[in-house]
Amino acid sequence: MTPIIEFKDFSFKYRSQTEPTLKGINLAIYSGEKVLIVGPSGSGKSTLAHCLNGLVPFAYKGDITGSLCINGKDPMKLGIFGLSKMVGTVLQDTDGQFIGLTVAEDIAFALENDNVLQEEMFERVDKIADMVDVKSLLRQAPSALSGGQKQRVSMAGVMVDDVDILLFDEPLANLDPATGKKAIALIDDIKKNDNKTIIIIEHRLEDALYRKVDRIVVVGEGRIVADLTPNELLAGDILEKEGIREPLYITALKHAGCNVQAKDEPEDITLMNLVPYREIVKRWCKEHPLPRKEKKKDVALEILDLNFAYVEGKPVLENIHFAVNKGEMISIVGKNGAGKSTLSNLICGFMSPENGSIRLNGEDMADKSIKERGERIGLVMQNPNQMISKAMIYDEVALGLRVRGVPEEEVKERVYKTLKTCGLYPFRNWPISALSFGQKKRVTIASILVMNPDVIILDEPTAGQDYRHYTEIMEFLKQVNEQYGITIIMITHDMHLMLEYTDRAVVICDGHLLIDAAPSEVLTDAEIADKACLKKTSLYDLAVRCGIDTPSEFVEQFIYYDRLSRRKEKVADV
Amino acid sequence: MSRILSYEEKDTWIHRLSGVTKLIFFLLWSLTSMLSYDTRVLLVMLVLSLVIFAMSKTKWQQVGTVFKFIMFFLVINLLAIFFFSPNQGEKIYGSATPIVHLFGPYTLTYEQLFYEFNVMIKYLTVIPAVFMFIVTTNPSEFAASLNRVGISYNIGYAVAIALRYIPDVQDDYTAIKHAQEARGIEMSSKAPLMQRIKNMAAIIFPLIFSSMDRIDVVSNAMELRGFGKYKKRTWYSGKKLQRNDYLTIGVSVLFVVVALIVTFYDGNRFYNPF
Repeated sequence: MTPIIEFKDFSFKYRSQTEPTLKGINLAIYSGEKVLIVGPSGSGKSTLAHCLNGLVPFAYKGDITGSLCINGKDPMKLGIFGLSKMVGTVLQDTDGQFIGLTVAEDIAFALENDNVLQEEMFERVDKIADMVDVKSLLRQAPSALSGGQKQRVSMAGVMVDDVDILLFDEPLANLDPATGKKAIALIDDIKKNDNKTIIIIEHRLEDALYRKVDRIVVVGEGRIVADLTPNELLAGDILEKEGIREPLYITALKHAGCNVQAKDEPEDITLMNLVPYREIVKRWCKEHPLPRKEKKKDVALEILDLNFAYVEGKPVLENIHFAVNKGEMISIVGKNGAGKSTLSNLICGFMSPENGSIRLNGEDMADKSIKERGERIGLVMQNPNQMISKAMIYDEVALGLRVRGVPEEEVKERVYKTLKTCGLYPFRNWPISALSFGQKKRVTIASILVMNPDVIILDEPTAGQDYRHYTEIMEFLKQVNEQYGITIIMITHDMHLMLEYTDRAVVICDGHLLIDAAPSEVLTDAEIADKACLKKTSLYDLAVRCGIDTPSEFVEQFIYYDRLSRRKEKVADV
Repeated sequence: MSRILSYEEKDTWIHRLSGVTKLIFFLLWSLTSMLSYDTRVLLVMLVLSLVIFAMSKTKWQQVGTVFKFIMFFLVINLLAIFFFSPNQGEKIYGSATPIVHLFGPYTLTYEQLFYEFNVMIKYLTVIPAVFMFIVTTNPSEFAASLNRVGISYNIGYAVAIALRYIPDVQDDYTAIKHAQEARGIEMSSKAPLMQRIKNMAAIIFPLIFSSMDRIDVVSNAMELRGFGKYKKRTWYSGKKLQRNDYLTIGVSVLFVVVALIVTFYDGNRFYNPF
């Protein structure tokens, strides 16, 4: 059988770079296969995807050596339009790629460009919309859709062309865990029903493995490091070496000292043969008790019976009531549109609650202006580009102090101190444009820290980050939290983040406070996880299948010791 | 939330008309009103545009703010005409019937008043037509119509896509503004005007940079789905011309012809009651 996609000694160098991004790629993908491509940021996995849809080299210019063959044809001759008839791409940003003013128009976009007659368009759009279950939304505008619905529309938009290959570029990046699960299931159904070739680029391996894939290709530093079945890959140590996060239950098994074998089918925790491992895990669990936690008692932020509505009679938040203690790190979780951002807007004073009050260190914040609150409660936005307004790092960090009339002497002292804390001191005279995304994120955190706030709120601090950057940012925040006693609130739907780094999770669901409990409790309760659009953690399944009676405690034990060992590694690195 | 001057879906015969028809009507209507100073024609047009406006079931909230804004400029315009050329009426109508002497060279005449009255109703005949066109035409259908009357679809699509992303950029703007205010950048009236203008930079730059990210994604997404492949494209939301469309176009053309004949019958485009 000839492969549908074949790279032979393929290399690619972007025009603006000196080193090739892809080096000597040899890869064959066969028709009807489902292949997952994983790799850390900057490994070249996105470039690989761009080679398939023609963005490389037609939109992003550069030099190619070696050959690439798609469906027996040479992409260079087909051009980006020719390729779009064979390879349909669903981009990561579901919001940005929504082009039409309504769902129907967006789905029809490719057909319009192909001069398909209107009657035929109506028919084909209806058919595809039915397939991905968005038929009732055809006349809706994008703003009225949820993240999951937008992604379905994006899929419909490329499938309407009847392409053979579907390429998904980080399909899970903007979705909450439950919606992500549905997306993976939908992709799987499409593959089965239409016999398409599916290529998924994703670094969230555990979530992508929710449905069976045929092969996993690991990309690292521009080369293909591994091309294995999921079972083989999970049994080995390639993922760890390449800085890709393994599924949590695999890490836990390895941590407990198990030698995971491919023949036990580790790709799915609910089906995996755990007989050889059960006793080892149980023993580990007994031997590694949790240290007693000291309770933090002083209250920093209190939210008292908060109510809010944009339109009267349609409450967005109802009776929200919780407290955050000094020096705590907590997460606010819940599906998109549950009211999380509204809550942070209320805390920062961008909007006023209908009733109820917000107190900081016992003081009512109601009559404080945005600026006054900003000195004590800092907000870091998701995308650093949304905050950065100066060209130089020093000026950006100094901004908040300067507008408050702090003398330049003191500004300098405080900015330098903060830059040192954030590991940005060596870059102090650099332009911000020379920094990576993660470093920019640090700059925005520094520009808040410099004001010595009591509380910092971060909106999705690790969105779009790979495992290494995720660990870097979060360990940094933990350090800020521990050393300076700053209370940190994170708005997130990253389950790893809430599990590993927060003491408590406040779950908001349809404007109500669903539960305020330890993350390990939230993520081991199927009913709550479901309501909050989260997912039960696989550690829970592992614990239950190993016969451990206290699954939520087991989750905490594992997280505690795993972090401890990662921290040691980091110290060893330095 | 109802946005100002945006398309709203309603079921009236005007909404059902094709965008092309409305565009043609709108162009013809504006042309006539620009050419003609014939008070009789203008008055008929004024009444008709009010009738059409009422038929389109447009609500005052949709257009009120903009209407007030235009009225403000109309008043300024009328005053300016008087101050810069107080004798325009006399020049046009060939007579001067003073009402009252104001000061210096400024004497208010019936002719001048009549001339400025004509200018005013010219505005008033066009405004309802503009509003009607904007609030009853689906933006993507509008893009389709522009393409149909011979304008490159790139331009039509640029308009449609701008409309698609305006709400997103507005949301971005609010979010960025809030975050910068929290950092201490004062945007309320507490800060002096010059300071506020300077502070705008702290919002505009991040807005531009995050919009650039968006543009990159959108243009890739469009190209990956074949935008720009051929000289022509079809439109999902384009409407075929129906009986009513032909009727409307026919009546509009007829009206323009009659109006222009009436206007120019006596040699110039002014109606002279004096």
